Amino acid sequence: MIKFNRIAKRYPPDITALADISAEISAGELVTVIGHSGAGKSTLLKLIPAIERPTAGTVLMNGQNVGALGRSALPFLRRNIGLVFQDQKLLFDRSALANVLLPLEITGFPHKEARRRAEAALDKVGLLARARALPIALSGGEQQRLAIARAVVHRPSLLLADEPTAYLDADTAQNVAGIFLEFHRVGVTVMVATYDDRLFPGARRLRLDHGRLT
Amino acid sequence: MNWLRTHWKACQLALMRLAAAPLNTLLSVVGIGIALALPGAGQQLLAHVAALSQNAAATPQLTVFLNVDAERKTTQAIETRLKGLPEAGKTQLIAREDTLARMKKAEGLADVIAALPKNPFPDAIVVTPADDAPVTIESLATTVRQWREVEHVQVDADWARRLSALIRLAKTGVLLLATLLGIGLVTITFNTIRLQVLTRQTEVEVSRLLGATDAFIRRPFLWYGALLGLLGGCAGWLIVAGATLWLRLPVAELAQLYGFELMLALPSATDSALLLGAATLLGWLGAALSMRQHLR
Repeated sequence: MIKFNRIAKRYPPDITALADISAEISAGELVTVIGHSGAGKSTLLKLIPAIERPTAGTVLMNGQNVGALGRSALPFLRRNIGLVFQDQKLLFDRSALANVLLPLEITGFPHKEARRRAEAALDKVGLLARARALPIALSGGEQQRLAIARAVVHRPSLLLADEPTAYLDADTAQNVAGIFLEFHRVGVTVMVATYDDRLFPGARRLRLDHGRLT
Repeated sequence: MNWLRTHWKACQLALMRLAAAPLNTLLSVVGIGIALALPGAGQQLLAHVAALSQNAAATPQLTVFLNVDAERKTTQAIETRLKGLPEAGKTQLIAREDTLARMKKAEGLADVIAALPKNPFPDAIVVTPADDAPVTIESLATTVRQWREVEHVQVDADWARRLSALIRLAKTGVLLLATLLGIGLVTITFNTIRLQVLTRQTEVEVSRLLGATDAFIRRPFLWYGALLGLLGGCAGWLIVAGATLWLRLPVAELAQLYGFELMLALPSATDSALLLGAATLLGWLGAALSMRQHLR
């Protein structure tokens, strides 16, 4: 499904974030990317939806070189990916339900169907009762679960998460990781950058050290 | 259907954003309204004055004044001669006695007229030319001026032509003003949308990451600009309408003193639609330019 082919990513003036990365991830796999802070985990994840472009090498998703995609093609690539960010990137002036509805509005879903799906996604992460709440009124764990609901509401084939349990207490982190495991069990490809891969038992591990796979 | 739905959704979002910052919206709307009211009022005033001048110019006439001493027989002969000219249409003789009688009735002139030893007014013949082409009228006037018995020929359409020229100049001025203030409106909207985008940077960024196209991101901002323009247009219309109603009576009284009937009317349906349409379009244009710069 995803193929990293001799990937390098450098930032000016002379910072190497990733060097000579080659790896393949099959459909339906659960993969964790682990490493110390600054090892290049987030950068590697950002290459898949073309948030970052590689300096050298190619990233293929379903055979398509995502690094070569033009501006107009990017939205259609990203609609097949569910993204969970470390800082969640929630819209704080919209309700939890409106946040989850956004990906469906972007793809032009009919409102009734979109609402039904969004409520189902909130139910899945245990937030249906807080659907009308603003994100600011939610706890850290709830915000992270809301971000997951938004990432999966359009049923992507690939779920990418960047440190989804970073700021959560142990119980909440366990709970959030459990949601990812559930999605993996129903066939979604899941790739998680994390500092603690014990939360994801059975995952294939990609260890990064100073931008290199070890 | 999907296209309509996405636009309706974007329009709703834009309305909510306008309502969410009522003071900002009000200030922008008033600013745009004033900018639009100036050329709007100018156009309105010119339309009335132009209608006046057209009415006057629609019946151009020549008044042929004979020598004061000319006898009635001579006057009648001149009238007959005038009728024989191909450029002349209808003629009407105004006898000097009739003029004197009319002037005696005029307020403030009766005593002066009564004090005169003899009738100072000449016979006059009012000629309506066969057609109102300026060349025809000029040709007729030139011919008649050469007649010995004729003291003076007055072309009554001259002032109307001068007024028409002034109106044409004023129209150009209004157009120039409208262009400048139109650019001003685009600038106001451009800046408002730029600030909107800056305050909604996260929303734009998140939407992009979730797969939104540029068109999806742009749509609510375009609606915002268009709605702001439309509201500004409504404010402009209200200012023009208010000023018209306020000035209606004083202008009518002033015009009456000069012998005209001028009753200011509210902007016509066409002018109103033009004002609102132009305001909406300019608001949309400002937003489109702003988004083009931002999404580049």
